[in-house]
Amino acid sequence: MAYNKPIPVPQGESDVYWQKAKQGELWLRYCNSCNEAYFFPTDICRAIPCDNPRDTKWIKASGKATLFTFAIVGYETGRAPHPGFEAPYVTAIVELEEGPKMPTNIVIEDPSPDNLQIGMELEVVFEDITDEIALPKFKPV
Amino acid sequence: MTDLRKTAAIVGVDESDEIGKVPDKSNLQHHAEAAHNALADAGLSLKDVNGLFTAGTSTLGLGEYLGVKPSFVDTTAVGGSSFIIHIAHAIAAIDAGYCDVALVTHGEAGRSMRSRAGANPSDADPQYQIPYGFIGQPVAYSMAARRYMHIYGEDKTRQGMAEIAVATRKWALKHPKSYMKDEMSFDDYHDSRWISWPFHLLDCCLVTDAGGAFVITSAERAKDTAKKPVWILGAAEGQTHGMISQMPDLTVTNAANSGPKAMQMAGITHSDVDLAMIYDSFTYTVMATLESLGFCGPGEAADFVANQRTAPGGDFAMNTNGGGLSHTHSGMYGMFLVLEAVRQLRGECGDRQIKDHNIALVNGTGGSLSSTGTTVLAAD
Repeated sequence: MAYNKPIPVPQGESDVYWQKAKQGELWLRYCNSCNEAYFFPTDICRAIPCDNPRDTKWIKASGKATLFTFAIVGYETGRAPHPGFEAPYVTAIVELEEGPKMPTNIVIEDPSPDNLQIGMELEVVFEDITDEIALPKFKPV
Repeated sequence: MTDLRKTAAIVGVDESDEIGKVPDKSNLQHHAEAAHNALADAGLSLKDVNGLFTAGTSTLGLGEYLGVKPSFVDTTAVGGSSFIIHIAHAIAAIDAGYCDVALVTHGEAGRSMRSRAGANPSDADPQYQIPYGFIGQPVAYSMAARRYMHIYGEDKTRQGMAEIAVATRKWALKHPKSYMKDEMSFDDYHDSRWISWPFHLLDCCLVTDAGGAFVITSAERAKDTAKKPVWILGAAEGQTHGMISQMPDLTVTNAANSGPKAMQMAGITHSDVDLAMIYDSFTYTVMATLESLGFCGPGEAADFVANQRTAPGGDFAMNTNGGGLSHTHSGMYGMFLVLEAVRQLRGECGDRQIKDHNIALVNGTGGSLSSTGTTVLAAD
């Protein structure tokens, strides 16, 4: 069946992020001046203050994260807010081992408030959705 | 900063002719009806208007539709808070002499015309959130609420959310234009279906068709308007992020910035506030906002609203029109916070009129808990 959810359109400064994701790797933008990784990737560091916002590079992330918060969309009703999505599904903000938080889905069978705990350990998995794009998602370790 | 306290007043307010479910009217019709009604309320007309403010559409099309040729325009659009933020901009523009009659309008057929502008693919949201089903504000706000529950306790948070939903419905039943007409019990709240856990249906605002408008003019011109002016004592604004996943602290909104600034400008403290109009896109929005504004401390909102304290007869008058939860919510609800505050301060609210009505604090939240505007209004 054709994939009919919204598909990301890579931009110049996010090409590497999406190319690496397609290869099964999670890469982050890193500011040499702040000594910190950040999400989402932009060429120029967004921290304020930052001594040299243009001194940034790509780094490979470990793929380890913890669950920061989540919601179960369509819990018990199966109603999704947009065509293509099958409810229930779990939206989440996860805290990556490198520090930044990122939005994602938690891949888990029968999601419920009982089998999702804030702070639980997660690892990245990649869902191929088109020939060019794989979405980084997270599953419980 | 220039002291703009009481340099301008709100002199007219009204809704569009019908609100709720209005299948045959466009957004601009709601704008136009509300504009004419609010100007009539002020004893003014479109020929007096030289400042035009709106959100969600350009003043180009709006001005053309209304037939006005304003000399000052502002389409600041940062979600449902925008119209509160327009107040801050309008008093500055009036003080600077750019305009002296500012018309602020809103119109949205949120229920009947669900077409929304497509996202720009180069923005972050369509790359990093939307593909994961971060679609619609219940998803974003429920994640923030889940974090709050983790910090302050799930049962206690739930209790606070239920108190707000039930109390707000009681107010709605006292407003003839409210969309919701039936009583709500605590059981009704807890039994309502899940939208995006931890949000029940009854944690979420309505989706209605509605327009609203208000008119701001200088202190000088306010002497001659049809009704007593409602003075603008303070107004401030700000934003912290766009996407919910970039929110610095999911339990604190920018009301922690715009609230104290507006209150300082107004020269008031929390105990001076007779009416709090707090954007209730969701029950949780109210809890986070009460804390961010400093009405109570972090994690104390559930205790603050306990025992139906914000319901009719309670000692903290809040959202007396019935809120976005039970009165109306067309998409960008902030407009209706202002309408109710002005009417309460004028003493026009009949059954739901609060006893002391000298000072109202209005706080709007927009986007994904992203932006806020706070204004402090005073009766003449």
